[in-house]
Amino acid sequence: MGAIISVSNLAKTYASGFRALKKINLDIRRGEIFALLGPNGAGKTTLINIICGIVNPSEGAVRADGHDIISDYRAARSLIGLVPQELTTDAFETVWATVSFSRGLFGKPKDPDYVEKVLRDLSLWDKKDNKIITLSGGMKRRVMIAKALSHEPQILFLDEPTAGVDVELRRDMWEMVRALRETGVTIILTTHYIQEAEEMADRIGVINHGEIILVEEKAELMRKLGRKQLALQLDENLDEIPTELAGYGLELAAGGGELVYTYDTQTERTDITALLADLNRAGIRFKDLQTKQSSLEEIFVDLLKEER
Amino acid sequence: MNFHAIRAIYTFEMARTFRTLLQSIVSPVISTSLYFVVFGAAIGSRITGIDGVSYGAFIVPGLIMLSLLTQSISNASFGIFFPKFTGTIYELLSAPVSYVEIVISYVGAAATKSIILSLIILATSALFVPLEIQHPLWMLLFLVLTAFTFCLFGFVLGIWADGFEKLQLVPFLIVTPLIFLGGSFYSIEMLPPVWQTVTLFNPVVYLISGFRWSFYGIADVSVGVSLGMTLLFLAICLGLVAWIFKTGYRLKA
Ligand SMILES: Nc1ncnc2c1ncn2[C@@H]1O[C@H](COP(=O)(O)OP(=O)(O)OP(=O)(O)O)[C@@H](O)[C@H]1O
Ligand SMILES: [Mg+2]
Repeated sequence: MGAIISVSNLAKTYASGFRALKKINLDIRRGEIFALLGPNGAGKTTLINIICGIVNPSEGAVRADGHDIISDYRAARSLIGLVPQELTTDAFETVWATVSFSRGLFGKPKDPDYVEKVLRDLSLWDKKDNKIITLSGGMKRRVMIAKALSHEPQILFLDEPTAGVDVELRRDMWEMVRALRETGVTIILTTHYIQEAEEMADRIGVINHGEIILVEEKAELMRKLGRKQLALQLDENLDEIPTELAGYGLELAAGGGELVYTYDTQTERTDITALLADLNRAGIRFKDLQTKQSSLEEIFVDLLKEER
Repeated sequence: MNFHAIRAIYTFEMARTFRTLLQSIVSPVISTSLYFVVFGAAIGSRITGIDGVSYGAFIVPGLIMLSLLTQSISNASFGIFFPKFTGTIYELLSAPVSYVEIVISYVGAAATKSIILSLIILATSALFVPLEIQHPLWMLLFLVLTAFTFCLFGFVLGIWADGFEKLQLVPFLIVTPLIFLGGSFYSIEMLPPVWQTVTLFNPVVYLISGFRWSFYGIADVSVGVSLGMTLLFLAICLGLVAWIFKTGYRLKA
């Protein structure tokens, strides 16, 4: 399947002279959930805002379903719904009015049934006549999602949609995102909860200092960069690692009751067999062992460290 | 044209107006009544009529212009400044709407409001002084053109302003003096010759003069010049808006 969004050589220098994006190239595939990960100030919001028309690009081009976001902005923007990072709403409007307004703004004729469906899906129906100012933060966030969905977009941008949202609502939101994907909507999200990307995304892009440093299928990323750890629970505690085992880079844990061996799954073969043989030779016995794969979070932190 | 968007913005803005209907109507009605009490009855009774028009009646067009100008600027500037201030402007910028559509809907709504207000003030003044409108169509034309011109100006101001101070400073420091010195309360002929010339650089003079002509057939400058100047200001404001949007000035980083 082709790219629904294609970003080529996109760069942004703010008026302050700050270069927030440096020649970004990125393709988002039709129908996928794409997670954009990066630390504070990496340029995630800048990238999204350029694609959505809120910030002017300095160089490069973006196409949304083949439409250039500048020369053919009407067609491009009609396809896109945006839930921005900041909670900004018209405090004195009712939920119903503000969502209907968004639909009109994006050029769609009135459709009360559709708006009703969106509000019901987001559990906002009983609040439809409430002024937004009377809603809680989580509800406001949902109102912003409802606004973004009001015009039936093909592409949905969620800029940190779960910041300040409780666990339950977060679950609901991810369910909604999955359901949207089922209907063919492409979803691009940024999040600081790496767990979420791990759970939700089909592909993950990592951005830092305005550069995309990696784009990968999630599973592939986990496989490729995943470190594994082998933990051995010892029969008898050790005070220090025996010199004959020094070459393995072992660590002692649990007060000397556990030996931890970290290895890279990327390499063709690991030295586990040799390690076990050496342990045996050194007379170290163990009663149990586990392996665990490092989480995306750890991968991410490693990546950023390498960058530096 | 994205007509759904124009309608959405226009009705949204009008809804905002109607939510605050009471204060947006009551305050100009009260202030106009005060002007009549002070200038019309108290002072006006000691002033002989100007060109055969009683002083109370003479100031009506100027008073309407005074409200029309200040209201147009404040409505239109606030209408676009507020979303900028709260951040809801993101939606407008990300929507498939052209700058022309944005201007039509925001300025259209602001102009509608100030025209309605002007007509209310006109009706209020009819309670105080005998009114005569010799050229009603011209009156409406001047009203509408001036409303749009100053709503455009207000719109530019709202985009330019980066704080509430600037939003209030320009009307307070520039517009109000121009209106007061623009012949709202006197005929320019009443000024010393030097000041008459200086006054001709005040754009508001032409607006008030033309507007007053549509009421009483008397004018400081000829109607053609008034109309021409009004259209010129409209064109300047349109050009300003076009330039601002072309450069993305202060709306997009
Ligand atoms: N209008 C602006 N003018 C100047 N610099 C800006 C502007 N907006 C953002 N920046 C800078 O650009 C960089 C990227 O900002 P951006 O908001 O895109 O980061 P982000 O990845 O979304 O971060 P976060 O995770 O905190 O939301 C930051 O260093 C920021 O200070
Ligand atoms: Mg951000």
